[in-house]
Amino acid sequence: MNAPLLELSNVSTFYGAVQALRNVNLAVYEGEIVALIGANGAGKSTLLMTVCGNPHPRHGSVFYAGEEITGLPTYRIMRRGIAQAPEGRRIFPRMTVRENLLIGAQAGDPEAAEGQLPYVLELFPRLAERLDQRGGTLSGGEQQMLAIARALMAGPRLLLLDEPSLGLAPLVTRQIFTAIRALNQERGLTVLLVEQNAYQALRLAHRAYVLVNGMITMQGPAAELLGRPEIRAAYLEGGM
Amino acid sequence: MNHGGSILAYALQQLINGVTLGMIYGLIAVGYTMVYGIIGMINFAHGDVFMIGAFLSLIALVGLAAIGVTAVPLALAMALLFAAAISALYGWAIERVAYRPLRGSFRLAPLISAIGMSITLENYVQVVQGARVKPLMPLIPGGITLMNQNGFAVRLGWLQMLIVLVTLLVLAIFTWLVTRTPLGRAMRACEQDLKMTALLGIDVDRTISLTFVIGAALAAVAGFMFLLYYGSIDFFIGFIAGVKAFTAAVLGGIGSLPGAVLGGLLIGLIETFWSAYFSVQYKDVAAFSILAIALIFLPTGLLGRAEVEKV
Ligand SMILES: Nc1ncnc2c1ncn2[C@@H]1O[C@H](COP(=O)(O)OP(=O)(O)O)[C@@H](O)[C@H]1O
Ligand SMILES: [Mg+2]
Repeated sequence: MNAPLLELSNVSTFYGAVQALRNVNLAVYEGEIVALIGANGAGKSTLLMTVCGNPHPRHGSVFYAGEEITGLPTYRIMRRGIAQAPEGRRIFPRMTVRENLLIGAQAGDPEAAEGQLPYVLELFPRLAERLDQRGGTLSGGEQQMLAIARALMAGPRLLLLDEPSLGLAPLVTRQIFTAIRALNQERGLTVLLVEQNAYQALRLAHRAYVLVNGMITMQGPAAELLGRPEIRAAYLEGGM
Repeated sequence: MNHGGSILAYALQQLINGVTLGMIYGLIAVGYTMVYGIIGMINFAHGDVFMIGAFLSLIALVGLAAIGVTAVPLALAMALLFAAAISALYGWAIERVAYRPLRGSFRLAPLISAIGMSITLENYVQVVQGARVKPLMPLIPGGITLMNQNGFAVRLGWLQMLIVLVTLLVLAIFTWLVTRTPLGRAMRACEQDLKMTALLGIDVDRTISLTFVIGAALAAVAGFMFLLYYGSIDFFIGFIAGVKAFTAAVLGGIGSLPGAVLGGLLIGLIETFWSAYFSVQYKDVAAFSILAIALIFLPTGLLGRAEVEKV
């Protein structure tokens, strides 16, 4: 295999004295969808944010496209082609949908951004109908679509998604997962997906990691993890 | 007060004077409210940037006269640009030196630093310019008489018109910048969610720097007009004007740009009417009583919004 697009090597991240990630090793290859599953508080969001440099890891290194990005300021990391739709969506509530989208493209190449707007509106037609509505007035599902669309506006190579299905109706979740699959298959977008909805995530992903208390405890092809009894017991029974 | 039967004329004159003064306060208030909106701190040194803008205007006008630039409109335009540009540099430097190193430390730290910066700037100007009041001869005399009632003439000075027009023009440019340009979008994004803005690849530090630069330039425009209007300045004018502009920002709803302008107008009008009908000595008391009342009954100001999304 080639070198991974994203690689975390022995990464430990702290909040003050609290250790949130313990010697995490993780790799995402170009063209893959990788799922990261784990219970509440396991450190999934911290892992995505550590990739983005907020917070920086205390030990270990993060590599992107063959270059070390550990310690770079967040905006420099993001300008290299990483985008995140973060936990809680973080839509700008007092900006219109259009402005939320435009600001996603602002730091990047203006020409690439130009072509990106029709594409994301085609992907999420519901946003096209609401371009002049304020972000804060959208429903939860629409906000999630906007968060993903905003992340796509910069034309990233790697998309980080933090619990995109959280709090959404099953039908909306399905629409969003369909869009993620389309992005991956049609555009070759590489995706690192954090989910508490483990069943759906494992069905969508090629490979997966399981995070427990800041440590990676299992990893492998998603289909294989889906069949393991310990996964079923911890993350799937009663779920779905 | 001897205005006999000319009650209406007298009131109209106060309205004109109050709006003129309110424009100056409004321009300063915008700087307070912008910085507060983005990084949640009161930049107490902002009034002193206004004062420095007034001094730079005076220095430029005197210098231009000395080198033979006698055309008044040209001299005024050059002095205004000079004051705005150098004040913008001050704004940039103040943020870099006094506030940025403290970002992420405890909440009161930048506030204390701002008070220190304010005292530093006042003392600096007092030392290099002297403590005495500096006069400027009237450069734009005259005006028009709007009406005459029982011997009371309502005057609208050319200078008053200029102040109102320049303020409206500057505010129009500023509004366009904030609502229509990528920089303005980045500023509004920072105001709503700093962390998310950085996640979109936007250099948040640079955006904050530019906010200080723009706020300082607006304060310098206000300082320039203050100098022309009152014809005298000293190192302390930034304190009182700063507190009043801050009051204006709070009254309008801190964080709200239209609120800052509205608050500035109200403070200017209250102060002017109070001086005209009650007592000049207590005009500042009147203005600050408004602040206290606003904080009690309207904690989010006239156009402010309750903080709901900030966790
Ligand atoms: N900003 C923060 N400050 C301090 N502790 C935090 C912060 N964010 C997360 N944590 C702690 O780090 C651990 C991992 O949190 P998080 O990454 O949000 O987990 P997950 O996304 O898997 O639910 C938790 O114990 C959480 O309490
Ligand atoms: Mg999380």
